[in-house]
Amino acid sequence: MQVTSAIREPLITGGKTVKDVSHDISRQVEGAPTKLWWMAMAISLVVFAYGFYCVCMLLWHGVGMWGLNKTVGWAWDITNFVWWVGIGHAGTLISAILLLFRQRWRMSINRAAEAMTIFAVICAATFPLMHMGRLWLGFYWCLPLPNTWGSLWANFNSPLLWDVFAISTYFTVSLVFWYMGLIPDFATIRNRALMQGNKIRATIYNALSFGWSGGAKTWARYESVALILAGLSTPLVLSVHTIVSMDFATSVIPGWHTTIFPPYFVAGAIFSGFAMVLTLLLITRAVFKLEDYITIYHIELMNIIIIVTGSIVGIAYITELFISWYSGVEYEGYAFYNRVQGPYAWSYWSMMTCNVISPQLFWIKKIRTSIVATFVLSIIVNIGMWFERFVIIVTSLHRDYIPSSWTMFHPTMYDIGEYLFTFGLFFTAFLLFAKFFPVINIAEVKSILKATSEKKAVAHGELVEESANKH
Amino acid sequence: MDVNKNFLVGVFEDEDVLLAAVKKVRSGGVKIHEVYSPFPVHGLDEALGYKRTRLPIAAFLFGLTGTTLALTMQIWMLGYDWPMIIGGKNFVSLPPFIPVTFEMTVLLSALGMVATFMIVSDMKPYGSPRQFDLRSTEDKHVMAIDTDANGGKSKDEISRLLKEAGASEVNTKSFE
Repeated sequence: MQVTSAIREPLITGGKTVKDVSHDISRQVEGAPTKLWWMAMAISLVVFAYGFYCVCMLLWHGVGMWGLNKTVGWAWDITNFVWWVGIGHAGTLISAILLLFRQRWRMSINRAAEAMTIFAVICAATFPLMHMGRLWLGFYWCLPLPNTWGSLWANFNSPLLWDVFAISTYFTVSLVFWYMGLIPDFATIRNRALMQGNKIRATIYNALSFGWSGGAKTWARYESVALILAGLSTPLVLSVHTIVSMDFATSVIPGWHTTIFPPYFVAGAIFSGFAMVLTLLLITRAVFKLEDYITIYHIELMNIIIIVTGSIVGIAYITELFISWYSGVEYEGYAFYNRVQGPYAWSYWSMMTCNVISPQLFWIKKIRTSIVATFVLSIIVNIGMWFERFVIIVTSLHRDYIPSSWTMFHPTMYDIGEYLFTFGLFFTAFLLFAKFFPVINIAEVKSILKATSEKKAVAHGELVEESANKH
Repeated sequence: MDVNKNFLVGVFEDEDVLLAAVKKVRSGGVKIHEVYSPFPVHGLDEALGYKRTRLPIAAFLFGLTGTTLALTMQIWMLGYDWPMIIGGKNFVSLPPFIPVTFEMTVLLSALGMVATFMIVSDMKPYGSPRQFDLRSTEDKHVMAIDTDANGGKSKDEISRLLKEAGASEVNTKSFE
């Protein structure tokens, strides 16, 4: 039995009973999609279709359609890749690290956040895949498969190959973790369908739930599996962006060759991930009327994580600047002088404003408990994090070693098109998830209801006494 | 599969009442078939006398397999099968092999453990599981007692024990 201090704020409001939880969350799976959902779906599909056209053109004609040149060989593609992978960090962080720390507020938000993680990682993966040009040969370039070049194996010394393993492992383990959480909830929907006499839905959700029955033995095993998955995912989350940062940090390009990149990237990833979780959840909670499950308290806690990680990112930016001067290396010094003062200074200062200054507003309680302010700031943070990657990548490359190669990067409609493609993909997938899967973890919320709902927290003492008296 | 057919099903509203009831029913000399809950109830497996699951051991062994496989693969491929000079470094140098080794360890450990869990818990996407009460995924905790396996006690006796222990309903359930 779990005992929570009476002065803790309730995590679930509205005096919900266990039955209400099933009902409130299964409702949108069982009902017909709303008009709002169809409208959102239509917009996502239009964006997706335009993006798909651009992707087809890229596959047909090659990546020369992008605005890359000899000096700037990496630009929007890798910027978008790192941006999406970063966003994909919040879900597993919430479900794994917060599980190990026994933070029960994660239970209302982990399902949607993990779904977001999975879709974001898929979006991220499209960029390196497209950059391969002939991606149907890509398997041989990035996986150690026997091949016709005398089995010339993949290079395990390359951080790009580490990335392949890190991202695919992260994707697989996150998917498994997310799906494990869904299994009992699919069974809840199956049983509701059986009670409502809907055979087709019952069969589909029974298959999805792998015939879950909820026996005590299975629950005990299940909890053990969840705990170990959390233990495995915790270093995994931290390793993924560490390895992504090594794509840059192990090179010798001034501005990239920095030892603080791993922690700096991980903090940035969590920062942007939480911002995207907030953007999505604020919409989801309003559309599906989940205000009692995702409360202002949840939003406030996420905003606090944004202040912490945003401040770490801010310190990292300042450390970079300081070290570039203190090291006395003129190439490093120039790379940073160019960021602050050069032709891309606008992107540097956008990054500084969005990432370092704007999250500090959350110190004010009124702002961090305001839904409108949180929504606006969460989008600003994501814009800022996109600029961070753009600044690191493009400003470090566009001033090459020989001034005759100095140039600028101009995106073409295909750079923009592929970015839109991932947006279309992301929102289409998220909308499908929100319609057909329970967006909140029903079983976990039920398990904390007694200890943390408004009504029961007060009555808890009596309840224990009452059940003790019976025997 | 299960050959047992006739069950008494006690329905409980509250997890704390359920926990006390499990102890009471077991000390009353009745064997419990299984308890079905909509959410994990802490301490229920101990109350039912279940042994701790050995899945952590499985996870460790799968992880170890991943580590070994990844290291062997990289050392053999780059060290022996096709040595390549990369930046003048040793053919076999451990530090750059660590990221892939770590990822493979995590991957195999997670997938192996989940697959083991699915197999030992007899989870499959086809067929339908035995359900004693459909409300056991909603808000009720359901205690199933096999009346054939408790031949020493009559149905009424068990039923009375369940009621005394706090069951809100006691139903009978038979399977074909």
